Amino acid sequence: MSDTTVTARQLPDRLDNPLKSAVLSWESLLVLVALGIFLANSFASPYFLNAWSLSDLTFNFTEKGLIALAMALVIITGEIDLSVASIIALASTLMGLALQYGADTPTLVAVGVGVGVLCGAFNGFLVTGLKLPSIVVTIGTMSLFRGVAFIILGDQSFKGYPKEFSWFGQGYVGWVISFELVLFLVAAVIFYVLLHRTVFGRQVFAIGNNATAARFSGVRVDRIKFVLFCLTGLMSGIAAVLLTARLGSTRPSIAEGFELDVVTMVVLGGVSILGGAGSIIGVVLAALIIGLVTFGLGLLNVPGIVMTIFTGSLLIVVIALPILWKMWKERRA
Amino acid sequence: MKLWKLLTATAAAAVLLATPAFAQTRIALVVKSLGNGFFDAAAKGAEEAAAELGDVEVIYTGPTAATAEAQIEVVNSLIAQQVDAIAISANDPDALVPVLQRAMERGIKVISWDSGVAAEGRQLHLNPSETALIGETIIKLAADYLPEGGDVAILSAASTATNQNAWIEAAKAAIPEKFPNINLVSVVYGDDDSVKSTEEARGLIAAYPDLKAIIAPTTVGVVAAAQVVTDQNLIGKINVTGLALPSEFKQFIDNGASQAVALWNPIDLGYSAVYLANALVEGAEAAPGATLSIGKVGEVTLDDTNSAAMAAPFQFDASNIEEFSKIY
Repeated sequence: MSDTTVTARQLPDRLDNPLKSAVLSWESLLVLVALGIFLANSFASPYFLNAWSLSDLTFNFTEKGLIALAMALVIITGEIDLSVASIIALASTLMGLALQYGADTPTLVAVGVGVGVLCGAFNGFLVTGLKLPSIVVTIGTMSLFRGVAFIILGDQSFKGYPKEFSWFGQGYVGWVISFELVLFLVAAVIFYVLLHRTVFGRQVFAIGNNATAARFSGVRVDRIKFVLFCLTGLMSGIAAVLLTARLGSTRPSIAEGFELDVVTMVVLGGVSILGGAGSIIGVVLAALIIGLVTFGLGLLNVPGIVMTIFTGSLLIVVIALPILWKMWKERRA
Repeated sequence: MKLWKLLTATAAAAVLLATPAFAQTRIALVVKSLGNGFFDAAAKGAEEAAAELGDVEVIYTGPTAATAEAQIEVVNSLIAQQVDAIAISANDPDALVPVLQRAMERGIKVISWDSGVAAEGRQLHLNPSETALIGETIIKLAADYLPEGGDVAILSAASTATNQNAWIEAAKAAIPEKFPNINLVSVVYGDDDSVKSTEEARGLIAAYPDLKAIIAPTTVGVVAAAQVVTDQNLIGKINVTGLALPSEFKQFIDNGASQAVALWNPIDLGYSAVYLANALVEGAEAAPGATLSIGKVGEVTLDDTNSAAMAAPFQFDASNIEEFSKIY
């Protein structure tokens, strides 16, 4: 199927076309994989095809998926943010602290989201203002943000969040449709428009393909990167609100290891880890696939370690496939 | 189409894997993380209980990473499978509460064991032991091998360690009544640090020439003390005892530096958890004061917070250290 489209759409511009068709076929492959896993799950477990099961499934990826949307843009520009899970920890801890001083639900949300944006801005400043490599900066802030959370909380925990607040992580908009899922879908649409339908989005791709050329074309590279780090901070802050509400408590170890799951989603979604290519649809599909895989294997009570092996293999296959495909095509040519 | 073949093959394999259980009580034993010898031993005990009860299937599961978030995903999939009961050793006493409440709303019986969940998130909690029993046991471990009585000393963890301090208080309370000829001469603190514990043990031996036993209710201290006794050729003169991991401590039972040590028995813990979960499924009421059977281990009585203590710490000596050192 993809073979014919490639030959039919052969254009003189040899640099652009293979990349574009690869991205196109990538998403259709993800759809196939998602459908395949969905079918396999339905056959494998009698409990899978149930409205509540499918609803519970979405909690496996909504919070991480929200961050992955923003992370995709950061990675497309050739940067990375590994501090997202620690931003959740710090935002959640400060929400808990605000709660001790009697904050109401709107204040709690504001604190969570605000702390997220500030943390993101701090990352953005270090990367664009001081010209430090983002991987180094965010490995540093990863320890820093969580470290502050540990200093505040120690081995204690904050709990007793108000009932209205828990709704963000446990509430349903209607029937089995959770608030988290709706928020994720709305955010996905917004990010789709932002990346694929605006000048800003084109500039993001331009930076990822060649930052120097982009700068000479009048793209304000540093400002866009700064905004993107604020954006991952914002999404991490929102994820902190959702996760804190879902857990009903805060501990400094909250969301530990989320950053790698988020990066996995982004890369599985077809975003090039080297920057310059990727799509929001791919990331959304990847989030769904990870949710389907983890929940499906969970229904079969497959031990967690097998799940890790499965997602690990999936990731390697995903990264290797385009390369293998390219090699195969070159041999044919 | 290769992909289709692969998919159908996977689906077929998955169907074979998921042999549905009919008319059975399905009890999920959820642990902090898989690949931990302690929990594997608990699962062994759970299977034992299931075999005794009959018609009970144990689902042994847990995340790879010991985080609350990963455990919530596991619980979610168990809710979807409509298991009859969940017996969980929680990674976080609070974060698991909302999801476990949801499980209870959908008719699933929820108990916690080993590492508990806040009272609103479970119907009952099974502690491996309790303060008074532990305090009494650590003295008994020394007294059993001192028929004439004598001087003993305690080598504890940090002076601020909540658990150890409570056990030592309980031990002191038990001595006058139950072990009148045991004379506790000193309590020193090794801070759960091998070097400091070694120094403190040497100090005790130097300061109390008539010392007959060193009791270390901490797995670090007990090894350090046994090493000192071995190095100073005091085997047979000073008996080292306390709470120890069988795998770490086996050599000192073997060489005679210690007669016996104790710790929770994970096999009995998993066994009792399944018994309690099954009792709830069969309609037993989990209320303060209720007495529930835990099979061959005995019975437990629920306290005001619906918590129960399983038994005194399990004793390891020359007869069984070999077997348990392979487990944990």
